[in-house]
Amino acid sequence: MSKKPRVKVPKQAKAGELIQLKTLMSHVMETGNRKDSKTGKLIPRQIINKFVCKFNGKEVMSAELQPAIAANPYIAFYAKATESGTFDFEWTEDGGEVIKASGEITVS
Amino acid sequence: MSTKSTKTAVLERRQVLKGVGFGALALAGTGLASREALATPEKATEYLAKMTGGAASKEGRVTVKLPEIAENGRTVPITISIDSPMTDNDYVKSVFVVAEGNPSPEVISFTMSPAMGKAEVSTRMRLGKTQNVRAAAIMSDGSVFTGTKQVKVTIGGCGG
Amino acid sequence: MKYTKYVASAAGLLGLGALLVACSPAEPKLESGYDFATPETQAMQDDDFSNPGFMWVDIGAEEWATVDGEAGKSCESCHGDLSTMKGVTTSYPKYNADDKKMRALQHQINNCRTEQMKAKAWKWESDQMLGMSAIIKNQSKGMPLNVSIKGEAAPFYEKGKEFYFQRRGTLDMACKHCHIDYPGVKIRAEVLSNGLPNGFPTYRLKWQKLGSLHRRFRGCNSNIRAEPYERGSEEYTNLELFLTHRANGVAVESPSVRK
Ligand code: HEC
Ligand code: HEC
Repeated sequence: MSKKPRVKVPKQAKAGELIQLKTLMSHVMETGNRKDSKTGKLIPRQIINKFVCKFNGKEVMSAELQPAIAANPYIAFYAKATESGTFDFEWTEDGGEVIKASGEITVS
Repeated sequence: MSTKSTKTAVLERRQVLKGVGFGALALAGTGLASREALATPEKATEYLAKMTGGAASKEGRVTVKLPEIAENGRTVPITISIDSPMTDNDYVKSVFVVAEGNPSPEVISFTMSPAMGKAEVSTRMRLGKTQNVRAAAIMSDGSVFTGTKQVKVTIGGCGG
Repeated sequence: MKYTKYVASAAGLLGLGALLVACSPAEPKLESGYDFATPETQAMQDDDFSNPGFMWVDIGAEEWATVDGEAGKSCESCHGDLSTMKGVTTSYPKYNADDKKMRALQHQINNCRTEQMKAKAWKWESDQMLGMSAIIKNQSKGMPLNVSIKGEAAPFYEKGKEFYFQRRGTLDMACKHCHIDYPGVKIRAEVLSNGLPNGFPTYRLKWQKLGSLHRRFRGCNSNIRAEPYERGSEEYTNLELFLTHRANGVAVESPSVRK
């Protein structure tokens, strides 16, 4: 299975409310330290190295991931609800491929 | 507790009597165990010093939450929280997480903003063995705070 | 983790010197592997979002509605909403008169694929099969396992039971030696559980992915240096029947999270 994200954004919140955002990205996070049991060769590193969350275009939080992050990287954090809009999430894989997901919130 | 360890001993002795100890059960690594030299507390300190620009750091305000005992080092939940109001003029700018006993110390780093409202992040990490995990936070005024947590790692021995 | 009482029971067995009884004497009430897990692992399972097994449940949901094969059908075309699968898997493995043997859920799914949809069978450990079996079993989450070993199923149950109590491998051990005699006891770093099937497919922290019960059987066989059987083999399907019957009454947790 490869590279499919799950994100959880509350559908509604009150202005000023603290909301929790959760993300789970399916990825093996190959460390680059493992050997192929058949060939004895090192399996090249292939990880998600960057994660960015933006709200209505403005960065809320970003992270740089290392091979020490477990397979299927899970990142949960908070944001303060200010107005209705869209949370955009982006994961960047070694090699430059970008995987995206988003979630809408209505703030009253 | 003592009853438990006695029983463990009994179980193992029975196997030894048969000529094969449980030690023979394959203990798989975490995928981090490698040919590389392991990180050391010094290397972790060095890395954090580099990331924080050598600023003097103080213990405190940073809490690293990890299980007392990690059942399997391949997926260990970790939460880092920093005591900060997260307002426009007083917030956490960045956080660096290091593991003292992994092949290399870096685990993950975060760039934060006041839009978070609360300086707390959770993720799941890999741990090669029992060790300390440390986090350093750089505040918006340039001050640096750190927190540490020790975690015991038991590695699974059954099921391929 | 609550294993003190099991330690007591293991001690009792030892005291009797009954190291290899063909049939277990009155066992304590069986508990799910969940009850032996650390609070952190339990928490990971408890939240449907942070439970990584649900990444495969998502795959199952997608496949359920996907048309595949020459008949031009999806599972949904015949079965309707997934909720029609509620309670179905608690009685699996189930005897099938056409096959004249037991069908695990995966056999039934592949039978629908090849016979009803004229589509290709899925591999046992493929993401699609793991996802489909996870989402179908998840419909019965919280319901007690309830397989029948009467009638046609009886001889298969006997075979599964024989397997469970049979010593094998270089370490010359049977499943029973670990999972009946020593639940709650540590074997090296790991606490043994009753070894029940109620959480499968399970997301193992060690595997870093979802895996089938038969994959676990292979692991437990290999660890005692015994030759593992194929996933989906008659041997493992009969063993699954025995094990599920042993776990009758224990609630379904699929997809669970285990160390
Ligand atoms: C053309 C219609 C058709 C399609 C398409 C179909 N099935 Fe079925 N399915 C049946 C019929 C008929 C039965 C009952 C007879 C049997 O046991 O084969 C059944 C039985 C089942 C059962 C067992 C129910 C029980 O009570 O034991 C399961 C589980 C199942 N199907 C899953 C699936 C899945 C998953 C798919 C898609 C991959 C699928 N089916 C596609 C017709 C279909
Ligand atoms: C050497 C001891 C040992 C033997 C023998 C053994 N297992 Fe296991 N088994 C374990 C350990 C250790 C675990 C992981 C901890 C636990 O849940 O018990 C495990 C886990 C399991 C699980 C997963 C339980 C869950 O909640 O996810 C199942 C199912 C299982 N074993 C079945 C079997 C079967 C069937 C056999 C015989 C073919 C067998 N085991 C033989 C040690 C053993």
